[in-house]
Amino acid sequence: MSALAARRAGLQQLRRRAANSTMWFVAVLCVLAAILPLGFVLYYVLAQGASGINLDFFTKLPKPVGEPGGGMANAIVGSLILVGLASLVGLPVGILGGIYLAEFGNNRFAWTIRFLSDVLSGVPSIVVGIFIWAMVVVPTHRLSGMAGGAALGVMMIPTVMRTTEELVRLVPMSLREASLSLGATHRRTVFKVVLVAARGGVVTGVLLAVSRIAGEAAPLLLTAGSSPFWSTRIDQPMPSLPVQIFTYAIQPYDDCHRQAWAAALVLVSLVFVLSVAARYATRGRFRMVR
Amino acid sequence: MVSASASLRPASLPRQGDRGTKIEVEHLSFYYGRFQALKDVSLAIRERQITALIGPSGCGKSTFLRALNRMNDIIEGARTEGVVRLDGEDIYDPAVDVVALRRRVGMVFQRPNPFPMSVFENVAYAPRIHGLARGSDLEELVEDSLKRAALWEEVKDKLKASAFELSGGQQQRLCISRVLAIDPAVVLMDEPCSALDPASTLRIEELMHELQQKYTIVIVTHNMQQAARVSQETGFFLHGELIEFGPSAMIFTDPTDKRTEDYVTGRFG
Amino acid sequence: MQRTVSAHGSLKARGVLSPWFGDRVFRWTTLLFAACVLAIIALLAYLLLADSVPAMRAFSWRFLSGRNWDPVHDSFGALPFIYGTLVSSALALLVAVPISLGAALFLAELAPPWLRNPLSFLVELLAAVPSVVYGIWGIFVLVPFLRPVEAWLGAHLGFVPLFSGAPYGIGMMAAGLILAIMVLPIITAVSRDVLRAVPVSQREAAYALGATRWEAIRGPVFRYARAGILGAVILGLGRALGETMAVTMVIGNTPAISASIFDPAYTMPSLLANEFMEATGKLHIAALMEIALLLFVVTIVINAIARLLIWSVARGAPAGVRE
Repeated sequence: MSALAARRAGLQQLRRRAANSTMWFVAVLCVLAAILPLGFVLYYVLAQGASGINLDFFTKLPKPVGEPGGGMANAIVGSLILVGLASLVGLPVGILGGIYLAEFGNNRFAWTIRFLSDVLSGVPSIVVGIFIWAMVVVPTHRLSGMAGGAALGVMMIPTVMRTTEELVRLVPMSLREASLSLGATHRRTVFKVVLVAARGGVVTGVLLAVSRIAGEAAPLLLTAGSSPFWSTRIDQPMPSLPVQIFTYAIQPYDDCHRQAWAAALVLVSLVFVLSVAARYATRGRFRMVR
Repeated sequence: MVSASASLRPASLPRQGDRGTKIEVEHLSFYYGRFQALKDVSLAIRERQITALIGPSGCGKSTFLRALNRMNDIIEGARTEGVVRLDGEDIYDPAVDVVALRRRVGMVFQRPNPFPMSVFENVAYAPRIHGLARGSDLEELVEDSLKRAALWEEVKDKLKASAFELSGGQQQRLCISRVLAIDPAVVLMDEPCSALDPASTLRIEELMHELQQKYTIVIVTHNMQQAARVSQETGFFLHGELIEFGPSAMIFTDPTDKRTEDYVTGRFG
Repeated sequence: MQRTVSAHGSLKARGVLSPWFGDRVFRWTTLLFAACVLAIIALLAYLLLADSVPAMRAFSWRFLSGRNWDPVHDSFGALPFIYGTLVSSALALLVAVPISLGAALFLAELAPPWLRNPLSFLVELLAAVPSVVYGIWGIFVLVPFLRPVEAWLGAHLGFVPLFSGAPYGIGMMAAGLILAIMVLPIITAVSRDVLRAVPVSQREAAYALGATRWEAIRGPVFRYARAGILGAVILGLGRALGETMAVTMVIGNTPAISASIFDPAYTMPSLLANEFMEATGKLHIAALMEIALLLFVVTIVINAIARLLIWSVARGAPAGVRE
C-alpha cells in the first residue's frame, strides 16, 4: 500500500472511531434530556406543594374563591368515588371482555374488538367526555358523578381489556387441560384456575388503568363538573382533584395556587405509587403500547 | 448429484510442503460465565485450503469458529484464554483493532442474513464503511465480488432489487459475496448449507472449491459427507475438546481415536 | 328437564342445568361484554356525526377554512383551532423526536443491562404524570422561564417571523414544549422496542464485516427498524393532537393565526374544554361537535397508521421478506 493510501486509510479509521464515540456522547445526552423534565416537574411539585399540605387541606371544604384558607377534602373524596364508579363500568367490560378475547378470540369478531379497543385508547379524553355528555348529561339534564364515573370507566376499558387478555393467555395450556380433564366446565376452569393464576397481573393492570384515569380532568369538566360542597350523591355534580387543580391554577389568587400545588402533590404521589407498583409487577412480561 | 462413493472419496491430497500456516491456535479455552465451552484446543489451519470442523451438537465447534474472528466478544459474560495467531499475530492482544481483524477474517452464517437493502447495497456495505472504493470503482468491486461468488449472472439485471427477493441459496451466495467484497484472507463458514436445499448446497460446495484457491476457508458442518467432500483437513470436536485433527482422508477412513471412529461411522451424534 | 346421572345410564345431559349450556352462556356473556367496545365506538361515531350535521349543512367546507369563530353571530370557522393544533403538535415533534430517538438508541443498544431497566422506567414515569400537573407546572415554572428566553430570541432573531411578537411566555412555544415533554416517553418507549425487535443476525452480519457499533446501527439495524420508528413518531403525534389540559393552561386560548410562536393560540381540544359547557345555541353546539368529529377521525386514522407501521417491524418480518 502506498504511503498516501496508508495515510488515507489511517484517517478513515480515525473518522470511524470518532463517529462511534460521537454516537455514544449524543445518545447519553439525549437520555439525560429525556429524564431531566421529569426531575424538574417532580422537584417543583414537591417544593411548591409541600407548603400547602396540612391537616386543613385534607379535612376542610374550599372557601369561596378569593378567601384564603379551606381545603380540598370534598375533592379528594369525590375523586375516590369517581374512581370507584369508573371501576363499576370499566372492570366488568375490561375483564370479561379480555377473557372472551383470550379464550375464544380467534375469529374475525374478536380481531375487530381488539382493533376497536386500540382505537378507543387513542380517542382524546375530551371526546370521551363529549360522548358521555351526550349520553348521560343531556338526558338527565345535569352534571353528575354518575356521568363522570361513566366517562372514566370508558377510558379504563382498553387498558384493562388488553392486560387481562395478555395475562390470561400467558396461563399455560397444561393448567387448563388439567382442570378440564378432571371434568370441570370451561367457565369453572377460567374462573377457578386461569383467573386465579393470572390474578396478580390482572390486578396490576387494573392499578395501571386507575392511575391513568385518576389524573384526568378534561372529561370530568363536561360530566361531573365541580362543586364547593360535600358531594357524595352520584346524581349531583361531583368535585375531583384534577378539576380542582385546573380551576385553582387559573385563578389570580396566591392561596388558590398554593392549594393547587398541594393538590398536584397529592395527585402525583397517588398516581406514581399506583403506576410504579403496576409497572414494577409487570415488567419484562410484556410491553404495553399506550 | 452426489454418488454414494463420494463420501469416501478423498479430497485432493494436501501438498504439505508448500502451504504455510495461516491460523495457529494454542491452548484456547472459552467460558460462558462458569460453563467451559472450549477446553484447551490447539490446532493449525493451513492457508488456502478448506479445513472442516465436525462434531455432535453442542460440542463447541461453532464457538471455536467464532473465536477466530472474535465474534464471541459480543456475548456478555464470555471469557477467552489462550492464543490465536493470524499470520503470526495474536488476535486477542488488547492492542488489536477488532474491526480490522474482521476485515481480514470474514464470516458466513448458518441462516442467510442479508440486509434489508438492495443486492448492490448489501455487497457495497462493507467496502463503503472501510473506505475501500467509491463511485465507479465501487461498482466494479461489487460486480467482481458477485462474480467470485458465482452470483453475478443471476442478479446482474436486478442489482437494485431487494435482497429478500432472492431465493435462499442465492441469499447465501450474496452473503458470501458480501464477505468477499472486502478481500479477506480467511473465510469462516458456520454450517453455511444447513438451511439450503441439496441443489443450492452443491453449488456452494463448488464455490468453495473455487474460493480455496485464493482464500483460507474454515467450515463448520454437521454433515460428514460434506466435510469429506470439500475439505483437506478435518478436526473432530467433542464436549469442547479437540479429539482429533488431521487429513480428511484419514479422519474419515482410518481415524486414530475411537471416539472419532464412533462418530464418523454414525454410532452417535 | 332432568339430568341423567345414574352410574350406568346415559352420559348425556340436556337442558338448562347441563354444563354444556352453562358454557354457552359463559361464552355469550363474555362476548357481550367485549361487544360493549364495539357499541361504544359505534355510538360515539354516530353521535358525533349526527350532532354535527347542522353545522355541516350550514358551513360545509368553509368550516375548515373559515377564520372567524363567532358564537354571538352564529358564524363558525375552525381554521384557527386546526392551525393551533397542527402547529403545536409539529413543534412538539420537532423538539421531542431527536431526543427520543437518541434516548431510544441508548436504551436499546448502548446501555449496559443493569442500567437499561431503571432508565426505561424513569422515561415511562414521564407518561404517568397527569396532564393538569404538567399544566400547573407549565403556568408557574415553564412560562416565567420562557419569557426571558423569548425576549432574548426576539432581540437577536426578531427579524425571523417565527420569533417576532411580544414575549408573553404564554403561547404556542410554551404549548409546543410541554407537548414535547408529554410525547417523549411514548416515542422513546416504542422506538426502543422496535430497535430491540431487530434480529440479532442482522447485527452479527454487520459486525462480522468489520463494522463499528455506529455503522451497524446506522446501516442494517436502522433500515430494518425504520418503519416502526416512523410508527412510533406518528403515535406520538396522535397523542399530541388530543392533549387537552396542559395545552389549555399555557397556550393562551386566543383564536389567532400567527407566524410567531410567541403569540397565543388555540387548539381544538382546548376549545372543546373551554366552550362546551357554556355553549347554548344549537349551531354553536353543532359546530363544537364537528370539531370533536374532526379530532376523532384524525386521531383514529393516525393511530391506525402508526400501529400498522409498528406491527410490520415488531411483530414479524419486515415487509418484503419472503417466507
